[in-house]
Amino acid sequence: MRTTLVKTLIELAEKEEKIFVITPDLGFSVWEEFERRFPERFLNVGIAEANAIGIATGLSLCGKIVYVYSIIPFVTMRPFEQIRIELAYMKTNVRIVGVGAGVTYGAQGATHHAIEDIAIMRALPNMLIFSPCDPWEVEQGVRASLNYEGPIYFRLGKKGEPVITPVGNSFSFGRANVIRRGRDVYILFTGNIADEVVKLYSLLESKGISAEVVSMHTLKPFDYEYLDKILKTGNPVFTIEEHSIIGGLGSIVAEYIAEAGYKVRFKRFGIPDQYAHWVGSQKYIRERFGLLAEKMFGKICEYLK
Amino acid sequence: MNYLDLSKIVQDIRRNILYMNNRGRASHTGSALSIVELLVVLYFKILRIDPENPYKSNRDRFILSKAHASAALYAVLAKRGFFSEEWLKKFHVDGGMLPGHLDKTSAPGIEVSAGSLGHGLSIGIGMALAGKLDKSDYKVYVLCGDGEINEGSIWEGILFAGAKKLDNLTLIIDYNKWQAYGRTNEVINLEPLSLKLKSFNWYPVEIDGHSFEEIEDALNLKVSQPKAIIAHTIKGKGISFMEDRLEWHYKSPSEEELKKALEELE
Ligand SMILES: Cc1ncc(C[n+]2csc(CCOP(=O)(O)OP(=O)(O)O)c2C)c(N)n1
Repeated sequence: MRTTLVKTLIELAEKEEKIFVITPDLGFSVWEEFERRFPERFLNVGIAEANAIGIATGLSLCGKIVYVYSIIPFVTMRPFEQIRIELAYMKTNVRIVGVGAGVTYGAQGATHHAIEDIAIMRALPNMLIFSPCDPWEVEQGVRASLNYEGPIYFRLGKKGEPVITPVGNSFSFGRANVIRRGRDVYILFTGNIADEVVKLYSLLESKGISAEVVSMHTLKPFDYEYLDKILKTGNPVFTIEEHSIIGGLGSIVAEYIAEAGYKVRFKRFGIPDQYAHWVGSQKYIRERFGLLAEKMFGKICEYLK
Repeated sequence: MNYLDLSKIVQDIRRNILYMNNRGRASHTGSALSIVELLVVLYFKILRIDPENPYKSNRDRFILSKAHASAALYAVLAKRGFFSEEWLKKFHVDGGMLPGHLDKTSAPGIEVSAGSLGHGLSIGIGMALAGKLDKSDYKVYVLCGDGEINEGSIWEGILFAGAKKLDNLTLIIDYNKWQAYGRTNEVINLEPLSLKLKSFNWYPVEIDGHSFEEIEDALNLKVSQPKAIIAHTIKGKGISFMEDRLEWHYKSPSEEELKKALEELE
């Protein structure tokens, strides 16, 4: 995902001189090409995230479109109040680009995991939250970000994710992206858990369950229209995310179901309300949290009985 | 313990760091290698600690604020007897015990969970204040990276501790001249660092951060202000092909690199 982001930004920056990139000292072997081509529009401000957000705000108030890149907790939670006032309240054109969604950073430990970011960013008025599931969505999102007025939070995985969006899909912020059509159950997911979701789809298919798999890449503003449409069918709905079950995709859907009064079977998959004190890779920690496809498949089958 | 014994320990620690990062495919090899002498002098000559009683209330506190160098701390804690050296095999692997960044619940001797830079000094200030309140004579030591002191929170702490004359607090800056995306003084020039600290009412000392004698003398120096030890070090110290190379902030040694590196430590 991050390779696509940088590639797309380089392409756009050739024509759009307002594009500016700030890193608080992250992105070795990621940004070198951008830096080489546009040395005046790339700035390492040092390990100083609060200062980075402030500088980005100042630049954006003078007409620039600024992308601030770091690992998610450092670029969202560390300078959160700066983000609240300078980005959300003032509605500036700063794009926060966070890498390492969920437990991407695995054995690096919980300081590097990002499990609360959607919840806190979602509480900010004016903040667009974009959580793409594949490089296609990343590219579309980066392009769309050029003409969007207001702050955006990009929640990215790392690198090497495959494209799973079918050819011919169209994109806009705030619109669900249907990855697979189906008729029996709905699986709404967001972001970097895509690989498990794809596996889950096949497992369900092998059991004769036809799932509609949908990437909710924009968590805010959310595609309530699509959600309402699928809830009307009365079919079971499952949400999957590599984020706390508090405040993320599952919460968004639950809130809507509760208020709209739908009687629908619904279950959230996500990270329970705890930090990972285990040591291991992303896959290992997903397993401990019950987020591997096989585990979710079992739970869904049980649930549908 | 004499310096010959210490240098044997240092070699062992370096070997263990290399093994750990090879086995766990962990990054930050250079960051761990640059602080080995500092940690060894602290843990074997300076800190008032008891591995049998790791939570004794009047123990000295050491905080590794640049927690990405955790491998060095784990190796030193194991060597000092806080836990078995077998645990080092459980660093940064599936089903492991010791994570890449610090989790205070993972092993005895780890004072704080850390990994996001710029937290350690303020926590250390709190511990130093508590020591004064409780009339306890323990000392607090915080080790930061030179890049880490870009963080505003560090300077808030420096300003505060200087103003409050916290003479039971020592900040050690691992001045290895590199951070994650460039040379420290090219990203943001820290110089004149010593003068900055002095003007914030700290007592700065500049030393060679690989010299036992200079480290020990600086740590033993009695002053009536908070002390800042600016330790000039080499990132990747001890392994020729890792020294002063940014890539070793990220790389873990392959089998072949491990072999070559271990030969250099013979
Ligand atoms: C708040 C925060 N921002 C960014 C990072 C990512 N990061 C990890 S190590 C590092 C560079 C640290 O440089 P320095 O303090 O000089 O330590 P060295 O590795 O050189 O010893 C960075 C930017 C982080 N861990 N925490």
